[in-house]
Amino acid sequence: MEIIAQRPKSLTDLQFTYCPGCTHGISHRLIAEAIDELEMRNQMMGVAPVGCSVFAYKFFDCDMAEAAHGRAPAVATGMKRARPDMHVFTYQGDGDLAAIGTAEIIHAANRGEHISVFFVNNAIYGMTGGQMAPTTLPGMKTSTSPYGRDETDIGYPIQACELLNSLRAPYFIERVSLLSPQDIIKAKKVVKKALQFNKEEKGFTFVEFVSTCPTNWGMTPLDAMKWAKENMLPYFPLGNFRDKSIEGGE
Amino acid sequence: MAEKVLMKGNEAVAEAAIRAGCRLYFAYPITPQSELIEYMAKMLPKVDGTFVQAESEVAAINMVYGASGTGRRVMTSSSSPGISLKMEGISYIAGANLPAVIINVQRGGPGLGDIQPAQGDYFQATKGGGHGDYRLIVLAPSTVQEFADLADLAFDLGDKYRNPVMILSDGLLGQMMEPVEFKPAKTEEEMEELNKQHYDWCMHSNEDEPNHHHHEINSLEIDPLVLEQHVIKLGKKYDEITKNEQRHEEYNISKDNEVVVVAFGTAARIAKSAIDELQEEGISVGMIRPITVWPYPYDAIKNVLHDKVEKVVVCELNLGQMIEDVKLAVNGKLPVEFLGKVGGILFTPAEIKAKILDK
Repeated sequence: MEIIAQRPKSLTDLQFTYCPGCTHGISHRLIAEAIDELEMRNQMMGVAPVGCSVFAYKFFDCDMAEAAHGRAPAVATGMKRARPDMHVFTYQGDGDLAAIGTAEIIHAANRGEHISVFFVNNAIYGMTGGQMAPTTLPGMKTSTSPYGRDETDIGYPIQACELLNSLRAPYFIERVSLLSPQDIIKAKKVVKKALQFNKEEKGFTFVEFVSTCPTNWGMTPLDAMKWAKENMLPYFPLGNFRDKSIEGGE
Repeated sequence: MAEKVLMKGNEAVAEAAIRAGCRLYFAYPITPQSELIEYMAKMLPKVDGTFVQAESEVAAINMVYGASGTGRRVMTSSSSPGISLKMEGISYIAGANLPAVIINVQRGGPGLGDIQPAQGDYFQATKGGGHGDYRLIVLAPSTVQEFADLADLAFDLGDKYRNPVMILSDGLLGQMMEPVEFKPAKTEEEMEELNKQHYDWCMHSNEDEPNHHHHEINSLEIDPLVLEQHVIKLGKKYDEITKNEQRHEEYNISKDNEVVVVAFGTAARIAKSAIDELQEEGISVGMIRPITVWPYPYDAIKNVLHDKVEKVVVCELNLGQMIEDVKLAVNGKLPVEFLGKVGGILFTPAEIKAKILDK
């Protein structure tokens, strides 16, 4: 019998702790598949965040560090500087990366640390129960913006790719979505590209996944995908922002 | 014998750290520890080491966490306000059983305070500072030579117990110059051994199955019963450190002592002058100088309270912090008096003498 699909070697056999319909499982799998395909697993170290994906250190089957909230890029810096012969990635959510860890991500990117950052943007704090995130859309209701996000009071959602694209050092920045099978296939290619550049020691690589949170958005998974396409993609446009491997990609 | 060189404490401890095998250093500038970060910036590249000036103290201590997770000797340094910022990371480092060396060149506080020497961070260093049940091994030097020597010990203790170690210095020890003699630097073979010593738990290069490992650097245990066991295990480690690692200096201790002084670091230097002068005047005063302020040498104090001792005098450059530990050691048997100075001001030997002689 021929095996045509199986769990990537870079994922452990633990059951995910994610809600039904959550996209974390998809992004985990895409990263793990790319690590396997690029044969980076035995030289890979990862950093898990605080948030819904806090247990990512149990799910990725390589050596992993669990960072304090927002500090993953600093932890990754320490790891990569200590072991420049190895590869390092971080996996972070929107509260982690774009609120409490804003300084760490900007400066790791600005130093051009040779790490890959995977950023999951679902516009809400999931694990703590649906509070407003730095990426929550204007007017969007959460448990800490019960009347809708008022951008005149609390500011506009932070666009992480655009923000990091103002820096000179990053090598690769792209925003993808996990909102349809086609988008997921495309996202896989982008993840693999980022990790390929990581393997080649090109510099700082950043991939943002526009994702959903059916549980805290109070929607079915399918409705959440539809809502995200209609509401998030206009504010968080998909596409490549930086690719220094191609001419004019800077 | 190695050659003696005249150096500032900040530079001496940096040089000693490099010789002890520290090749990774992450920090943020702050007075009065600037010479330390500058020495590392200059010297680490010469020994294939890594120096990163972090964007903040918070980032620096988290870089330390990541680097330590790979099993390598790593250090950071700061002064009081910056150490406060590092406390989050220190708690995580302790919770994850990671070795790391943190140097605090204390200045006056609270808040921004000033940039003069002080000992106001004693509570923070020895009683917590960060959240949760954890302990730092805290070493308190009182000379530039000892500042350098303790760097070597700090790395050894950190590796032995997989625990963060703080050297609690101050602006005077950091800034003053004294002759110092260094231990020889680690050889290449010794460095190789050091780098591999934690391969049974740290993050490092991997292999395919069946020799594949999955090492986690982590302080999270979401199951209360598992966290309970984790913290109990930490507690047992702290008991072991308490049993094995207490260090102190006895100065002029004898059965003739009428007063026993307890002081650490810079305060102890000044107290020594006062004790010498009193000895010449025919008054016998001894001193216990804790070198480990955690674990605290309670028994060392208890054991020198001989019959003739009338009282214990605690001298600190703060409002009275270590005195609480001294009182635990004395346990109500004798009066415990306090002489303190704050604001980055030092007391004079005459002031200490007056306090000792005060009936």
